[in-house]
Amino acid sequence: MTDIEPTPLDRASRKRAAIELAAADRPMRRPRRPKVTVVGVLGELFITAGVLVLLFLGWQVWLNDIIVGAEQTSAANELAQQWEQGTDDPAPLPSDTPTATPTETPAPTDPGEPVVAAPPAAATSFANLIIPRLGADYRRPIAEGVGLNVLNNRKTGVGHYPQTQMPGEVGNFAVAAHRTTYGAGFHDINTLLVGDSIYVETADGWYKYIYRGTEYVRPTGVGVLDPVPQVAGVASTDRIITMTSCHPYFSAAERIIAYGVYDSWYPRADGPPAEIATLVQAGAN
Amino acid sequence: MYLSIWRFLPGPLWVRILTVVVLVAIVLAVLVLWVFPLVNELFVPPEVTVGE
Repeated sequence: MTDIEPTPLDRASRKRAAIELAAADRPMRRPRRPKVTVVGVLGELFITAGVLVLLFLGWQVWLNDIIVGAEQTSAANELAQQWEQGTDDPAPLPSDTPTATPTETPAPTDPGEPVVAAPPAAATSFANLIIPRLGADYRRPIAEGVGLNVLNNRKTGVGHYPQTQMPGEVGNFAVAAHRTTYGAGFHDINTLLVGDSIYVETADGWYKYIYRGTEYVRPTGVGVLDPVPQVAGVASTDRIITMTSCHPYFSAAERIIAYGVYDSWYPRADGPPAEIATLVQAGAN
Repeated sequence: MYLSIWRFLPGPLWVRILTVVVLVAIVLAVLVLWVFPLVNELFVPPEVTVGE
């Protein structure tokens, strides 16, 4: 009686049977695998090459700027930490030797004429550029010189034209940075709005400039570096900051030139200006 | 080629998927950390300075 049980119709048995059937079916499917052909492999290699090129482009124009930009910012933070510690140091940094005198009586309300540091040695980081419009954490080191050793450097990125004046000095403090690649310090330089703050931080303190305007010149337009930009041979009475970069993006056809005019100066002993206090605080940790 | 690699991978489906994810991550890391910076040396960035 028991061995004439009907064919298993309950769910569990049916499932088991189905699995067995599938298992039996598996070796049958194997011969249907597509053959590896030369054309097939070649095609896949071409597709791979295309994907690699796209990945590289994405890395070059976007990811690497974020990576290098972060490295430059952390280098700037380290510089600032050194300056902060150096304020109590009896032996200051070479760039800490002010040529101006009026720091004897530091009235917090009126810090007086800005201190002008001596020009640093070539390729030495001597200042930080802080532009809130370009990012809440935008702080890049400025080094002496505009060679590729400075501009393509993961620890600097912004270069100071050596023939131009120093921060806070009467005349023109001119700097250059990449618009694209190598941290792209001036990628968004075209987004500055009139009245935006531009801070130059040194061992002595913070120099505040106010963005005034932008112009586009030919690559040979060295007039932008004059003490009075574009007016050669004139004695300057103003303090100007000039920022140069390439234009358009990824092209060297023209230069974008952004100007700022000196506004005020904040000695390091009195602490940073309120607008960038958060950034300075965050960078100190 | 890639199908062969896929078939070569051992284990059940989820192990294979995990293996592929790890392999792709390794390849991407090698590219970003070493290969791309080397290739980038071949590119001359646009000049950003004014000069004669």
